[in-house]
Amino acid sequence: MKKATLQLETLTCPSCLAKIEGALKGLDGIDKDTLNVSFNSSKVKVDFDDSKLAIEDIQQKISKLGYEVKKTTVK
Amino acid sequence: MQRFILKNKRKITLVSAVLIIAAFTSHYAFHFEPVAKWALLIASIIGVAPIAIQAFQALRVKVVSIDVLVTIAVIGAFIIGNYEESAIVTFLFLFGDYLEQRTLNKTRSAIRELTEMAPESALKQMEDGSFEEVDIDEVGIGDILRVLTGAKVPVDGVVLFGEGHVNEASITGEPLPAGKTVGSQVFAGTILDNGTLHIEAQRVGEDTTFGRIIELVEEAQDKKSEAERFIDRFSKWYTPAVLVLGFVVWLITRNIELAITILVLGCPGALVIGVPVSNVAGIGNGARHGVLLKGSEVIHDFSRVDTMIFDKTGTLTQGAPKVAAVKLYTEDTSKTRSYLASVESQSDHPLARAIVEHLNETALYPVDQTDVVKGGGIVAMVDGKRVAVGNAALMNQEGVHLSEEAQKDIEQFEKEGNSLVLTSVDGQLQALVGIRDQLRPKVREDLAKLKKMGVKNLVLLSGDNQGTVDLVAKELGLTQAHGNMLPEDKAAFLMDLQSKGYIVAFVGDGVNDSPSLALAQIGIAMGSGTDVAIETSDVVLMNSDFSRLPHALGLTKATARNMKQNIVIAIGVVLVLLFSVFFSTWMNMSIGMLVHEGSILVVILNGMRLLRYKPNM
Repeated sequence: MKKATLQLETLTCPSCLAKIEGALKGLDGIDKDTLNVSFNSSKVKVDFDDSKLAIEDIQQKISKLGYEVKKTTVK
Repeated sequence: MQRFILKNKRKITLVSAVLIIAAFTSHYAFHFEPVAKWALLIASIIGVAPIAIQAFQALRVKVVSIDVLVTIAVIGAFIIGNYEESAIVTFLFLFGDYLEQRTLNKTRSAIRELTEMAPESALKQMEDGSFEEVDIDEVGIGDILRVLTGAKVPVDGVVLFGEGHVNEASITGEPLPAGKTVGSQVFAGTILDNGTLHIEAQRVGEDTTFGRIIELVEEAQDKKSEAERFIDRFSKWYTPAVLVLGFVVWLITRNIELAITILVLGCPGALVIGVPVSNVAGIGNGARHGVLLKGSEVIHDFSRVDTMIFDKTGTLTQGAPKVAAVKLYTEDTSKTRSYLASVESQSDHPLARAIVEHLNETALYPVDQTDVVKGGGIVAMVDGKRVAVGNAALMNQEGVHLSEEAQKDIEQFEKEGNSLVLTSVDGQLQALVGIRDQLRPKVREDLAKLKKMGVKNLVLLSGDNQGTVDLVAKELGLTQAHGNMLPEDKAAFLMDLQSKGYIVAFVGDGVNDSPSLALAQIGIAMGSGTDVAIETSDVVLMNSDFSRLPHALGLTKATARNMKQNIVIAIGVVLVLLFSVFFSTWMNMSIGMLVHEGSILVVILNGMRLLRYKPNM
């Protein structure tokens, strides 16, 4: 299990959160309980299984929705 | 293609504006209809593209977002050939989105400025002794780092070499630079004003005080209150409900125009954004002024506090007690002083340290069989004699007889506001020491401000004797004061007040007061920025600065008020719009969108006022 923190561009609509959450929950290897998309800090925090899922997949999923990923840290 | 469109949303907004202007010019100035019609048609199509994409993405994850409502409305307008409406609505929606992003960035700026202060690199000593610039992630505990004038201290650590003045405003809110010499603690994120320091890293990255503050503030701005979670749940059902309403209206009236207008008017934009915006601006203001507020629930509770309980030592007083008077009841005073100093040097209790410092004895005896009596003092064997140092209760327990003279002295000492330390040697009272703690400057004024803001009860609870406590209470104008209280007594007292319906805040230094800090509706820690108190409390006053307390209370009141205003604005606007669509003739989709976007900007701008909040007294 790894912990990812992704800094996104400024989120403006609270429904963006629901979208990003919904999209990431669909990924295999995501720990759904840890998924936290925060509006004001425009950050996504989530634990994921790095044997099933690469961090790039998460980044791609988000940027496909039209949100720019600015910085990613994995621990 | 999708990403291309979304990326160029701003350009699309601009092009659509130009097209709309062109259309209106050709319509009104030249009466050249085909150009006007085509311009509006194109503006509608390029304008709705990014909105439709977002709507589609939302639907795919089963969310009926505002984009969905707008897209359907625009398509509807298109079908009935109302290109003017479709073009203007899409433009207003995109332009509103742009303005929202701009203004939201402003409200978040206070917190972003804080996070951007995090150090990014450090000058690290390499194996050959030279210093090289490395990324902050490459610094580990124990590394030796050099900090030059004007640079940020990269880690929490201790000064090994050099001197200088450090501006610690980022973690303490204190604008005056602090002097640092060998052995001083320095903190990450602070700035070296002058001099050069070599420091040893003790805590790095997220573990530094600064790192933890950032983490806390970042979490706080997104922590939701019960009311916000309700709004979230509400809006999840609200948007689909608007969709259904529009559909039903169409079924009954067969009036597409009316149905799609309802879709636009029903957008809940200002409602979902109003509360988070107030929250982030309020917390941001606090962070700038040395007040950490942990989320909107805390803001809500704190704004309603009517009772505040204070710890004395380190909260109302400076926490650095000094010996004020000494009485000895023996011939051989030097021996008594040595005994006392020897025993007290075994303890790190603040009173013990004050005594050791005051006596300044060099000839210390070895101390054996040290026994610390909780809430009493210390008993130990020194020089073959049984020496007890502590309060009156300990003397009683040791069976020490207090002479009339001693009893009188004790009374006098207590009256003067001293804490008492008695010393007995082999059961004979030999010394009485009175220790006093200085009140923090301006505490009296700050407490008066709190009272003015509506805090009815100001209560002092202390482990100190009643005489000292009464004196402090009188000097500061407190409403109640109780001495001789153990931490569990304080907690019990607090719960009793709560059961009587008071909303209680507890202000303490967070070390021995953690039960009360946790129990109170609002636990306020006087943090020097290093304690666990930062984690367990709801509010932290940085640098233990008591004068931040009125600011904190005023700020939470202003923020809570601001949230309510935003909710009223948001709901009011939707009600007025829905009302006017049924009962007026002037309402249409474009005006609806204009008012809707306008209301979003109004709540954001209203929230932004909090960034400039200052208590006005």
